[in-house]
Parts: sequence; C-alpha cells; structure tokens
Amino acid sequence: MAVPLIEARNILKRFGDLVANEVESFDVRTGEVHALLGENGAGKTTLSKILYGFYRPDAGEIRVAGTNVSFASPADARAAGIGMVFQEFSLVPALSVLDNVALFMPDLPRVPDRRALRVRIATAAKALGLELPLDAPVAALPVAAQQKVEILKQVLAGMRVILLDEPTKVLAPQECSGLFATVASLRAAGYGIVLITHKLHEALAAADRISVMRKGRMTATLAARAATREALLAVMFEGSPPQSAAAPAAQAIGAPLLQLDRVSTSGGAHATPLQGIDLGLREGEILGVAGIAGSGQRELGALVAGHERPRRGRKLFRGGDASRWTAGRMRRAGVGFVPENPLEAACVGELSVAENFALGERRYASGLGFNWTRVHDDAEAAFARLGVARPSLNAPVRTLSGGNVQRVVMARELGRAPRLVVAIYPTRGLDARSAQAVRDALRARASEGAAVLLMSEELEELFELADRVVVLRSGMLAGEFSRGSYSIEAVGAAMVQSDARTALA
Amino acid sequence: MTWTLVAATLAASVAAGTSLLYAALGETLGERAGIINLGVEGVMLVGAACACAVASSTGSPYLGMLAGAVAGVVASAPFAYAVVDRAANQLASGLSLLFLGFGASALIGNPFVGALIPPLPSVSLRMPLGEGAAAVRVDFLVAAALPLAGLVAWLLMGTRWGLRLRAVGENPVAAFAAGCNRRRLQYEALAIAGMLSGLAGAHVALGVAYTWAEFMTGGRGFIAIALVMFARWNAWWAVAGALLFGAAEAAQLQLQAGGVDVSPFLMNMAPYLLTLALLPFTGKAGRLAAPAALGRPYRGVE
Repeated sequence: MAVPLIEARNILKRFGDLVANEVESFDVRTGEVHALLGENGAGKTTLSKILYGFYRPDAGEIRVAGTNVSFASPADARAAGIGMVFQEFSLVPALSVLDNVALFMPDLPRVPDRRALRVRIATAAKALGLELPLDAPVAALPVAAQQKVEILKQVLAGMRVILLDEPTKVLAPQECSGLFATVASLRAAGYGIVLITHKLHEALAAADRISVMRKGRMTATLAARAATREALLAVMFEGSPPQSAAAPAAQAIGAPLLQLDRVSTSGGAHATPLQGIDLGLREGEILGVAGIAGSGQRELGALVAGHERPRRGRKLFRGGDASRWTAGRMRRAGVGFVPENPLEAACVGELSVAENFALGERRYASGLGFNWTRVHDDAEAAFARLGVARPSLNAPVRTLSGGNVQRVVMARELGRAPRLVVAIYPTRGLDARSAQAVRDALRARASEGAAVLLMSEELEELFELADRVVVLRSGMLAGEFSRGSYSIEAVGAAMVQSDARTALA
Repeated sequence: MTWTLVAATLAASVAAGTSLLYAALGETLGERAGIINLGVEGVMLVGAACACAVASSTGSPYLGMLAGAVAGVVASAPFAYAVVDRAANQLASGLSLLFLGFGASALIGNPFVGALIPPLPSVSLRMPLGEGAAAVRVDFLVAAALPLAGLVAWLLMGTRWGLRLRAVGENPVAAFAAGCNRRRLQYEALAIAGMLSGLAGAHVALGVAYTWAEFMTGGRGFIAIALVMFARWNAWWAVAGALLFGAAEAAQLQLQAGGVDVSPFLMNMAPYLLTLALLPFTGKAGRLAAPAALGRPYRGVE
C-alpha cells in the first residue's frame, strides 16, 4: 500500500486534566477524502489542529509521506504541505481574489508579473472547476465563493493535504453540493482531504473512509461504502443519540404579541438592511427563522429586541407601537435577547458571571446597596432551571469558554421569565447535551405562554422546535412554512433562490 | 488681473503642495500597514530644523535635505518601537511624538534663528497664464514629487512587499498565516514614512521659507493626515489632494498680497476649513476604504 500523505500515531494531548485526544492512528492517503466524524467536543478539531501544527501533542508521532516530523507551528505544517481551511476564513476582505491567493504563494516573485500570475491562478481554478471573479474584492463575494477562494489558495500555496473544518456550516444546503464537487475534483487531482464534520450524511456522501471520534478517542474507522447511518450513530453516541426530554407538546397558541408591519431598517456597514418585513408572533408560538449566514437574522433580532429602530414601518408589541422603544424598555416589557455574539453584545467580559446577571436589573437594588445574595440565588436557580452545568459565579465572563458564555446568557435571559425570547443561534458552540437542554428550555418557555423568535443555522433544529419557519434572504422574507410542510429541500431552496424548482434542478 | 492671480495661486500651490504630498505619501504607507501616526507634524518640524542646521552650517542645501530625511527616520523610531513592538496606543504615541517634535525642533533650530539658509537650487517655469511674474519654482524635491507618487503607488500595488504590507494593515492574522513578517513590514513602512515626513519638513525650510522659525510647518502635518483619508489611501489621489490643499493655502497668501480686504485671520483658516468641509464626505465610503486594522495594536500570535 502507498505511504499515506500524513499519518498520526499514538497521539496524546491533554489540556490540564482533560484528555482532549488519545488517538492510536489516523491517516490520509493520496486521492482520498477521509471524514472525521463526531459530535461537538469529541476532539475532531483538536486532532486536526495537531495535524496542522497548531497544538503540539504531548506524546505520539506524526509522519508526512513516511518521514517523522515535529511541527512547532502551522507555518511548519504548511511548509510540509498540510493546509487547513477554518470556519473563519483567513482572507483579507478588502483585497481582490487574485491578491488573496497570491499572498499565500510561497514562490511569489518580488515584483510579480500580474499577467502571468493571473493565468496561473485562473488555470488552477479552472482545473478544479472553480469559477471566481479574480479582480473582485473578497468582501463582495458570497460566503460559498469565499470558501472556494480559501481552497484555491491552499492549492496554489502547494498544500497536498487540506483539512476542512466543518466546511458546510456556513453554507446553504444548495451550496453544499458545489463544495462537494470541489472536494471531488481535489480528490481526483490526488489531494488528501480531511473532512471534519458532525453531519452523518455528509460523511457518508463525500468520504472514502470515515473515522468516528467520541470523547477524544477514535472509536472506529470504516470504509464509507460499508458504513450505514445506524452503525455510525451507534459509535458516535455510545448507542444512544441525545433525545429530547419532552416530546413536542401541542402548544396552545394565544393572542398576538409582536407584529412587524412592513418594517425596513437602514443597515449600515457590514449589516444587511431589512426590507419590508411583515411578521406576526403569538403567545406560545415558536417562530423559526432560516437563512444563510448574513441574510438579516442578526438585524431582525436586533430590531425586535430594540437595538435597532425601523426606518420605515412599525413594530407593535402587545398591541402598542414599540417602534421607538429602546432596548432597555423592550427588556422591561419582557423581552429576553440572546444575541449572536453573547460575549461582545450581551456581557461585560471583565465583570463576573453574577455581576453580569445583575446588570440591567433594578430588582436587586436594596436602598443604596445591592442584594448580592439574591443575585447569586437567582443565578443558581436560573442555571438549575436551564439544566446545564453552572460555571463559577465569581469568574469574569471573559475567562469562560464560548459554550459557557452562551449558557450564562441563556440562563440569564430565560431566568427573567420573558414574554418574548429572541434567540440568535442559541445552541452554537454547545455540546449535544447542552444544546438539547437549551432547546428543551425554549420549548418549555413557549408552553408557558411565551413567544420565541429563534434563528438557527441547523434546519433540523428549526424543524424540531418551530411551529412556523420563515426564510430570510438578503433582508427580505423569502418564504414561510408551517409545521408539516417542512423539508430541507424546500426551505433550503428558499434560502438561496426564490424559485424552489429552479434551485433544485 | 484675474488670470494673473490664478496663475500666481497655481504656482504657489505647487510649492505649498509639495511638502503636503511628501508627508501624505509617507503617512499613506504607514496607514496601509495599519499604523496611524498623528505625530507627522512633529517629525516634519524636526526634519525642517535639522535641514536648516545642516544647510546653514555646511552651506549645502542638499546636505540639509539629506539631514532632514535622516532626522525624520530617527525621530520616528521611538514611535515605531512603541506601536510596532510594544502594541502601544497609536493615538497617544503619535501625540507624544508630536510634542517631542515641537520641543526637539525648537532646541535644534534655536541657534539658527535669523540665520541665512541656502535655498535648494531651482529653475523657474513660467505659467502659461496671465501676465507678470507668476512662475513655478521647481527644485529637486518638487521635481521628484510626481515620480515619488508613482513609486509609492507601484510599491503598494505592484510588488510582493506592497501586497504583504496591505495584508498586514487589513488582516494581520491572515497576513501572519501567509508567512508575512508584520514587525519588519511595519518598521519598513514607518521608516519610509519618517524619511518622507523629514523631507516634507526640509522642503518647507529649504524650498519655501529659507529660514528657521518655530512651528514653521504650521499644521501641514495634520492636513497631510486628513489628506490621506481624503485620498482614500491612494498615492495618485494624494497628488490631487495635495494640489487642492496647497491651492487653499496659496490662495490665502495671494489674496492677502492682492490687497483683498478679508481678515488675515479668516484667511489663515482656509486650509483647515477646507479640511473640515471635505472630511464629512469621506465618511462612510472613507471608512470602507480604510485599512481594516488601522489603529489597532496587534496582540495575536507571532
């Protein structure tokens, strides 16, 4: 058998007491797509970052084309032909596609011949079936095209192994087929691809071999042809995939709570203006919002929570005009808000968990002082209700992991027993069990009569929770689906194109 | 009469615009690398003082010019160390540099107050407009200004160095991933910027005033910073901007010389009024064109 392009043996990596990785063997061969499958926190990213030189393993060896290597940094890995495409692209948005690719070329001359450079890059792009406007600034491209720029960059930088970290996370379902076509051409051209994913169907569809990780260990490596969904699920979840604690109860949908009347916003730099949004939300209802990243989800959430005001149209809350209400007034009126980036937009990082809990609440004031005992009690109760592990209440929020910050904000916002919950990507960065706890808590809130406006990147999550799903595209409503008419194809088509049939063709 | 005035104004705007252009081109390079230097005025003053000192002592205006360039690099060095290596706040460091420059230039220039400074040799090109004596004085620095703008534009857009410099100013994390040496690129950009600011000061002394006076650059360093934004960090637009701002300054002198009855204090405000009038219109588009990492100390891995 041919020597693998890269091979890891007996890798051990600890973070403090936590064993993040204990992997006997993992390798990628020429012209192979090797899927690294596992739920969040299973150790996939740690292993790939070890291969990419980002972490140094505490024990074990890595071989590139049969030779032992020791990477001190990603630069060493890249010099050995190991490239990685992260979820956050390392592109320079203001520079053109051409400049971005050229920047990473190791053999770029001091004074590049622009024409020769263009020919070389265009040829490589064409060979992989990538159509890209070479002179457009990367910022002007849709995310799917930016991802193609990342991949093209890796190829021209001379990488032989390309690690793709959850590459479909930023894409609409329709765009995924484009990505997998690119992956197939890379494979045909002899590259070794590591596809890091927690989605079974992607691994089954795109990979030659599938390695499943759980709790830092490699639990199985099998040929994709021989693998089945059930077999993979069993090794991923120790036999039992996380189940919802409560079966979806038939919720009593009550009186109208929030009404958006042809609302438009003005957007601004890096924002997608909302255009003519007509939307109603009733008590006890969970309304799901789907859309590819940057379609106006953040802006819609900000508008409803009062962080943004309508430029045109009206926002009614409980029958009254709330268009000009500040975020504070919306909050006092019973709106809980979990923004997309809780650390920046919902917490003060330098303050402790307890202080962040008390922030913006008037009920803890006692005379000129502050009733910290009550804050601590409330915080503990909120975490207990949410059913997730509680970080130390005295720790500054900035020192917490992303998942813990998410838990803090979620617990705080739900702990106020809000009438309306606006949650943008509330399960992002959470492990499967915490994510399920958050979903259950949202559903419980709705069954108690609150309305929930839920933005999610996972259509499955929306389908599981929402009574209704609307689709945002470029700041406009591009479709509405009621429970029973959900399908990945139909909603996905609305996410990218107005005409569902042409999208699916 | 009117044409004569226009011709005289144009001629004078070249002289006034040259120092603006040198400083603006330097600042463009620095800002493209992600560093805003509010101390340009201070560096210009040090350049002017050193140019006066050396030109007056040696009798050679060219040696004075060289001294201005070297002094600009030396004066910028502490600022560069603070912001590039120590991730210091760029605004505070720039203002410190400004006041350091005020003090240092006064100290260096003091013995030469009232001294005769040999001007840079020049040829006079008559303006093909109106009558009378309107002529552009073309000295070495004026003649080199346009080629310099071309050189800066080419460095930024046509070379690997420029590509890497722009990447550092836009997204230092990606630039690091691409193997760029941020420290070195920023030091290089700031060294060139210091040299050009020093030359800008030297031109004020040796090409316009022919004498040393405290604060003789009169805020040109600040106009240059505004000019960089106005020109959207583009070297060729900086040429146009320098002529425009130069004209504002020249018009003021010409109108006063022409006996127009406007308060000289009001006229002195002209270039700054123009700056303030134009800046709001660089607003949104200007922010989008600005290097994304401008003014942000880099605290990532290296």
